[in-house]
Amino acid sequence: MKTLAVARGVAWRTLHNVFTNPSLLLPSLVFPLFFFTAFAGGLSSVRNVPGFGFPEGYTAFQFVFVLLQSAAFGGVFTGFGIARDFESGFARRLLLAAPHRSGIVLGYGLAALVRWLLTASVLTAVAFAVGMHVGGSGIDLFGLYALALILNVAALLWACGVAMRFRTMQAGPVMQLPVFLVLFFAPVYVPLSLLQGWIHTVAVVNPLTRVIEAGRGFMAGEPTEVGAAFAAAVALAAAFSFWALRGLRKAEAAG
Amino acid sequence: MNVFADQVFLLARRSVVRTVRQPANVLSPLLFPMLLLAVNSGGLEAETKLPGFPTSSFVAFALAVPFIQGALFATMNAGTDLARDIQTGFLNRLSLTPMRGIAVLAGQLGGVVALGLAQAIVYLAVGLLAGVHIAAGPLGVLVLLVFAVFVALAFGALGAFAALRTGSGEAVQGLFPVFFVFLFISSMNIPRNLMEITWFRDVATANPVSYLLECVRSLIITGWDGEALALGFGITAVITVVALALSSWALKVRMAR
Repeated sequence: MKTLAVARGVAWRTLHNVFTNPSLLLPSLVFPLFFFTAFAGGLSSVRNVPGFGFPEGYTAFQFVFVLLQSAAFGGVFTGFGIARDFESGFARRLLLAAPHRSGIVLGYGLAALVRWLLTASVLTAVAFAVGMHVGGSGIDLFGLYALALILNVAALLWACGVAMRFRTMQAGPVMQLPVFLVLFFAPVYVPLSLLQGWIHTVAVVNPLTRVIEAGRGFMAGEPTEVGAAFAAAVALAAAFSFWALRGLRKAEAAG
Repeated sequence: MNVFADQVFLLARRSVVRTVRQPANVLSPLLFPMLLLAVNSGGLEAETKLPGFPTSSFVAFALAVPFIQGALFATMNAGTDLARDIQTGFLNRLSLTPMRGIAVLAGQLGGVVALGLAQAIVYLAVGLLAGVHIAAGPLGVLVLLVFAVFVALAFGALGAFAALRTGSGEAVQGLFPVFFVFLFISSMNIPRNLMEITWFRDVATANPVSYLLECVRSLIITGWDGEALALGFGITAVITVVALALSSWALKVRMAR
């Protein structure tokens, strides 16, 4: 009960900060839209590459990637807020005041989730407004958004672990760069089957490839690799839960 | 004239030394564009199978991007360093000396140009190691490096103007996403004639960054393309002249004695 109270307090404060500060809110809203525009708009002729074969078109193909990317970066952006809380000294006061400190991590997680839901809503509305075709049913789309949601939590927990170990905004690249790399070493622009050389080798072992391919399967109404995708996403979230809680212990030990 | 040259040399050396002493400022402009090149050239290799794509190697096509992206980093470095000089009062102390205002600008930009040239050599070396053949030959390589220097100067002057007007490093950093938008809404990843979405093609056509990319790309892929070179150098010259004029004016205001 105390854990939930702490989580609610941390989440409310984080969301209040984000929603009342345009410089924090706008980047997480604008960047996914920008990437969606640049990829789906600029590269639409990639659908004509022999062997591409995604029935719903390039806009839907890229929407899945950008949705998952927005989920991952939504988590990272919230991680920046945790680092900022440590720099300002607020997080240390929070550690002193919270009866159950794991509620702090839970609170940041809830805030990341609500923040991403707003981004996902805007992105989805824009995608439908520009005529995106969806082949999947409501259940398929639920699967896609569930995958994104787990990814959002996993990314937040990763960033939270980094923020609690370094306790400075200068750790921003450490939070961001691995997420960027893992996302872009997956089949971003074309399906896995069309990747060649080293990037294909890397993409095959990249757990996010399963998530992205399954997401596109949901979008097309032809679910594929669903079990592997959810297993990969849940495994990432579980591993980073451990990472974040260990980070919390390190922050406690640092005083 | 000798005194002025000494002043420029001293400030350019300071600019270079200061950059070199901050590894993040040296490594980011080298690593990040190379990373993006690796990711995009791997992911978009299939694009070369599109009818009308100008080359069979996407690395050759994408190699133009680091040259322009590196210049964006130069903008940030030049602007942020100058803003720090304003914030720490260094520029105010300089204004008490006989140092000419224009030497401050020339020195700062001299450092940016030196770094821009070093970056361009690294990008080119990586491209050659990846098997890219420069269609315009050895003279083309020279023109490519000269162009990289001009682009670094143009964007560096823009960064200097932003720093002199705002006096804030954060404000200069805030410009980065704006420049990034210009880069992405251009012919960065696909030739303009292969863009299917009309409005995107129109925006890319109106975007000057497309012509900077196509200038570099022409030397790498096509050989000697007078139109692409004229547009690239012409646009760079216009940006340079406008940005230098604005920077000089802002410097006068900032260093009012």
